[in-house]
Amino acid sequence: MNARELILGRLRASAVTEIPALPVMKDWYGAHQRDEDAVQRIQRLRSVLEAVHTEVHDTTESDWPSLLLRLASAKGLRNLLIGDNTTHGDTLQAVAQESLDLIRYDKSIEDWRDVLFDNIDASLTCARSAIAETGSLILWPDAAEPRLMSLVPPVHFVLLDTRKIYADFYQAITAEGWKDAMPTNALLISGPSKTADIQQTLAYGAHGPRELVVLFCHESVKGESL
Amino acid sequence: MSQVIHFHPDADFKARSLAAVQDPGQRKNFRGAMDFLQDKRRVQFPDQLELEGLRDIGSAIRRNSLARLPELLVQLETRMTANGIQVHWAATADEANAIAIEIARRVNARTIAKGKSMVSEEIEFNHAMKAAGIEAFETDMGEYIVELAGEKPSHIIMPAIHKTKQAIAALFAEKIPGVAYTEDVDELIKIGRQALRRKFADADIGLSGANFLVAETGTICLVENEGNGRLCTTVPRVHIAVTGIEKVLEKLEHVLPLYSLLTRSATGQSITTYFNLISRPRQPGEKDGPEEVHLILLDNGRSQAYADEQLRATLQCIRCGACMNHCPVYARIGGHAYGTTYPGPIGAIVSPHMMGLDATYPLAFASTLCGACVEVCPVKIPITDILVRLRNEAQARPETASLRGSGAGRSKLASAFWAGWTLVYSRLKVYRLTSWLLSRGHALSPIEQGAWTYSRTALKPAPKRLRDLLKDRKP
Repeated sequence: MNARELILGRLRASAVTEIPALPVMKDWYGAHQRDEDAVQRIQRLRSVLEAVHTEVHDTTESDWPSLLLRLASAKGLRNLLIGDNTTHGDTLQAVAQESLDLIRYDKSIEDWRDVLFDNIDASLTCARSAIAETGSLILWPDAAEPRLMSLVPPVHFVLLDTRKIYADFYQAITAEGWKDAMPTNALLISGPSKTADIQQTLAYGAHGPRELVVLFCHESVKGESL
Repeated sequence: MSQVIHFHPDADFKARSLAAVQDPGQRKNFRGAMDFLQDKRRVQFPDQLELEGLRDIGSAIRRNSLARLPELLVQLETRMTANGIQVHWAATADEANAIAIEIARRVNARTIAKGKSMVSEEIEFNHAMKAAGIEAFETDMGEYIVELAGEKPSHIIMPAIHKTKQAIAALFAEKIPGVAYTEDVDELIKIGRQALRRKFADADIGLSGANFLVAETGTICLVENEGNGRLCTTVPRVHIAVTGIEKVLEKLEHVLPLYSLLTRSATGQSITTYFNLISRPRQPGEKDGPEEVHLILLDNGRSQAYADEQLRATLQCIRCGACMNHCPVYARIGGHAYGTTYPGPIGAIVSPHMMGLDATYPLAFASTLCGACVEVCPVKIPITDILVRLRNEAQARPETASLRGSGAGRSKLASAFWAGWTLVYSRLKVYRLTSWLLSRGHALSPIEQGAWTYSRTALKPAPKRLRDLLKDRKP
């Protein structure tokens, strides 16, 4: 008998006298909703992110490229990894000109792994949405913005449309219909990489980025309502 | 010198615990770490009502999933296969290792980068790979430290919890070429990061565990802070996840409360830095991610726990470690004294199924049954009830034995004592006679009474029975 049949056979032979009822998740999360408006929700996301060492900047759909270039220059970044064929990547490229070396993730990892690990200072990706409760950015990496972009470069910039902030994780997966559309890889990122494995002392920049910089893209003029 | 820790706690458990409690340095490390983790957890649950509601939900989800385990495993397998993930089944640790070796040989792998996985510790994965000529190396900072020291993890969440930063500083200076002694934690982490970075890039296979498996979507969920788990599951061409059969949940939404309970109970974080959900290997057009994803579902004794409705609750565990963080015994003897992969209260109840009760029954007695573990368990495992059950199993007669190794703790003296006790307490006349004899002969009771008198005064029957006192009482 193979292992599969053996294991399933043993489990099926075991008595199950009662199947405990499943809780209704909608009721639990519905009962724990906060009474807050969009502005308060943005503020909550921001404070939770900042509490875990994340840099947050307010900007707008038209201003973010110049803000990003200023930040990159202030951080002394030599280059920035952008996605291939993304609207925001192209927008940045048009503005950046010669001021920052923009590198496109336009080939398979096998063809340039050493460069990615050793020579890329920072990256820019777009967040799909975010979760206020836990201060989490939701990323669904894809062919244009692959998985390692948010992981290997020491500094990670994230663009977030502030209209796409959910109160909690449950709201995010139900509103976006995750269960019927799971991508190859879905990610929640809540701060820069960290560890407390040495004597419970928190240190940032374990194996992933040591800096996470989030650009809150507001719909209108920079943060007026805030 | 590497320190070898043998996985046979029976004979040595007492000696190891004694050595541990007599080591003031280690006592201080564990006490400090436990206080820290208890405080962090407390801060995460300011609202007792919310906590209890969430524990009810977490427990119900786990119990429901277990009740339907065979059905959910098949659903998971079907869904994963459709997604392109290859599912393997292993009844034993050896079978799990053999599956990994076979994959490694097929893809000509020389190195395996490992994310944190307690199941890989359970099956002694690194050892098996080494024997097959494959180098498996740890990448979680804590695991990397204990591996460098030639030790084993002493805690399931914080593997190097027993080590001070001074010890780690000395270890790095000694073992990593070109590294000078420094006690600066940021600097030490930077050294670890640098030492492993190149190895990630060159690894042929990435190994991970799984915190949750989702049947409806065919998804592997991984919880971590460092990013090494993501590197292991993204950079190498092949990703192998190895985990226990009990980890499956039916729906994606069921993951949410359990994930929240896990991080808050374990390290007192509202969420970890990364929550990594993997549902497929690399798809055409995608530029990174493994081309092959494998899941090895391991039994290794879990189906024995499953067969018994009381012991089945052991499998509800989500491996947060809160039970050990709050255990007065664990805080004093530390993780290594247990001699098992999983230490602390959960280790005492899960290890008998993996290693046999004969090899592990002393752990069931290493508890005061104070119930702190039961109070903090996020999925409400009745740990103390199970400990008592295992104590009984250890004393069981061979004909009533239901577990591997049942009855191994049975001693002639104890059996004779309990047989006598049963006789005395089930017959009134015998009881009266015995109590009369004991009270009259109370002065003769021994001063040395085994373990009881190590740190307590000897037990002595009262000179007069309650019956006699009542008789003497003036109306």
